[in-house]
Amino acid sequence: MDGELSPQDKKDLDKFIKFFALKTVQVIVQARLGEKICTRSSSSPTGSDWFNLAIKDIPEVTHEAKKALAGQLPGIGRSMCVEISLKTSEGDSMELETWCLEMNEKCDKEIKVSYTVYNRLSLLLKSLLAITRVTPAYKLSRKQGHDYVILYRIYFGEVQLNGLGEGFQTVRVGMVGTPVGTITLSCAYRTNLAFMSGRQLERTQPIMGIIIDHFVDRPYSGSSPLHPCNYRTTGEDDGGNFPSVDDSQEVCTTSFSTSPPSQLYSSRLFYQPFATLGGGSADLACCPAALTAGVNTAHPHQMVIPSKEGGIPVLPLHPAPGVQADGERVPTCNLTDMNQHAATTPSSSGEAELLSKSSEGKSGTPQDVLETTFTRKVGAFVNKPASQVTAANMDLPFAVFAPKIVESEDTDVMVNPPDSPILESPLHASLHSDQSSGSSGLTQDEFVMVELKPAFSKDDFLPMDLGTFYREFQNPPQLSSLSIDISAQSMAEDLDSLPEKLAIYEKNMEEFDAFVDTLQ
Amino acid sequence: MNCRSQILELTVEARQIEETVLAVLHTVLLHRSSGKFHYKKEGTYSIGTVGTEDVDCDFVDCTYVRVSSDELDRTLRRSVGEFKDALRNSGSDGSGQISLEFYQKKKSRWPFSDECIPWEVWAFKLNVVNLANEQERQICREKVGEKLGEKIINIIEVMNRHEYLPKMPTQSEVDNVFDTSLRDVQPYLYKISYQITDSLGTSVSTTMRRLIKDTLAL
Repeated sequence: MDGELSPQDKKDLDKFIKFFALKTVQVIVQARLGEKICTRSSSSPTGSDWFNLAIKDIPEVTHEAKKALAGQLPGIGRSMCVEISLKTSEGDSMELETWCLEMNEKCDKEIKVSYTVYNRLSLLLKSLLAITRVTPAYKLSRKQGHDYVILYRIYFGEVQLNGLGEGFQTVRVGMVGTPVGTITLSCAYRTNLAFMSGRQLERTQPIMGIIIDHFVDRPYSGSSPLHPCNYRTTGEDDGGNFPSVDDSQEVCTTSFSTSPPSQLYSSRLFYQPFATLGGGSADLACCPAALTAGVNTAHPHQMVIPSKEGGIPVLPLHPAPGVQADGERVPTCNLTDMNQHAATTPSSSGEAELLSKSSEGKSGTPQDVLETTFTRKVGAFVNKPASQVTAANMDLPFAVFAPKIVESEDTDVMVNPPDSPILESPLHASLHSDQSSGSSGLTQDEFVMVELKPAFSKDDFLPMDLGTFYREFQNPPQLSSLSIDISAQSMAEDLDSLPEKLAIYEKNMEEFDAFVDTLQ
Repeated sequence: MNCRSQILELTVEARQIEETVLAVLHTVLLHRSSGKFHYKKEGTYSIGTVGTEDVDCDFVDCTYVRVSSDELDRTLRRSVGEFKDALRNSGSDGSGQISLEFYQKKKSRWPFSDECIPWEVWAFKLNVVNLANEQERQICREKVGEKLGEKIINIIEVMNRHEYLPKMPTQSEVDNVFDTSLRDVQPYLYKISYQITDSLGTSVSTTMRRLIKDTLAL
């Protein structure tokens, strides 16, 4: 094969790079949604699965990615970056990682585009799937909720790593050589999480409401807005209607040839126009709702952002249909969407199941999924009362966000015995080999609040979770006779009754002696 | 052709054996599995879709991604279970090595049986320790989680070197390269074997070798 790229190869390569970029963004954002992802294998090619991988497309994310790309492709000097950051309920934010899709000038003219490049891009996506679960931000994203949320931002152009702090690490996911350059995918992630240490551990007050500004002013020029990784299907711009598939409506059905390499040139990928997909589009359109359902059911508290006035939010029993606040997202829309989609589309219920099944282990209708998951933590808009969360303090809306254990824990001597360290932050202990960490672990600078996660403990929001159980019952309870209150009160009485008791014992001395004899 | 081999080593507690081995094996097989091939006329074929699934470990603070195939998962769990039992039976503080070997079959003429030519071997060596209390276990859980994450990154680094892979086979040759027995995915032909060394570091007198995919079965 000569050095020049044929027009068809060039066209194929551009398409591969474009869809690879879009899929990369999907994988990264979905990995930071805060829940486990599960997609099904299919032995028959569906025609819409690029790179032969089942990666769902969240329309909003695709829309944002395309907006950032603005018709261009990642190329030499033009990198596509996905920035993941964390924003606390107090409004502090911090960049956690930046994923970069770049191209350098090293070309591989000999490589076959429609076959080798395609397969290697598929391999690279698999590597990305695996690596996104390994970087530190993954664990943080799984625990996002009312303390903090994870946001993403996509931008195109020069890579900006200034916000990652000092000592950030870089991990390369992989490289694929192409005739026009070598595509590289890497991640730079923050290692210094110092500022979070003090705040993360304080759980004294319930969070009254989290306002997420979707259009945050960034110091960098040409900045793109931050988006929460717990995305919403309704947007301010388009009224919630994102095109579910690419504008050009192209779907890849790959067909490979087993003929010798010289004949490979003649085998082509053929594309099916979107019109033939029919049912496929419906599936894709349902995906976002299903995914929202997944997000809803697995972490309903993520959707609870109704408080805009800052006061105690009202807890409506039914979602208000189609309400949109000014420039701020209202989670009710999602519930409505989800209910509509769930009612009308069986496939979405399947997918909602799929997404929540892995984390919840339950199957059933979406309504059931909603119900069973909502029993873990009562979020807003719950239709059915949670059977498990029947705490007395349900009078207070969002009382479930109020930590129930904290007060009792602090004062209870059983839980905070003086000489046993409580592993509030086992990660901290492991990072610094500091086994004498105190009850709050505020000793060293850099650590991340990771809760004690005992074996077999799922992510579990019940008041009495396994971790609490460990802490409370780590030591035997104090003897009641040693508790100060009781002894203080009865001391005087004891002293008074002593002479009487002594007299009785003297009288029964023979009985006691006989008893002792039987023991010998 | 040289067979490339990679060795990974990890120190774990007994209860972490299963999950760490599964995490490593699944990560490797994720990269070495393709969708099902569907051959058509004119020597072309199309490839099915591979789904993925996140798996949270209970005893290790780690999440890994595996191919969405219950059959494959069951097969791996069976062999990992045997390895784990063998390790535990060998006494405390032993070590063992489980290997995942990818091979190609080469047909030979009668009376010679088919040859299995390995092209990639992953060896995972585990050193098992016993811990005294829950606190140490918690620390171990975190540490092993980090180490396992590093192993996953190592695997990915090797995978993306794009070294030798068997050529895509024709329809008649596909069973010499791929395991076509699964319904939903198609990994390269592989076999899993293990051996245990006791705490003295010497090989056990009977080195157990179990072939999960026995290509020589006649």
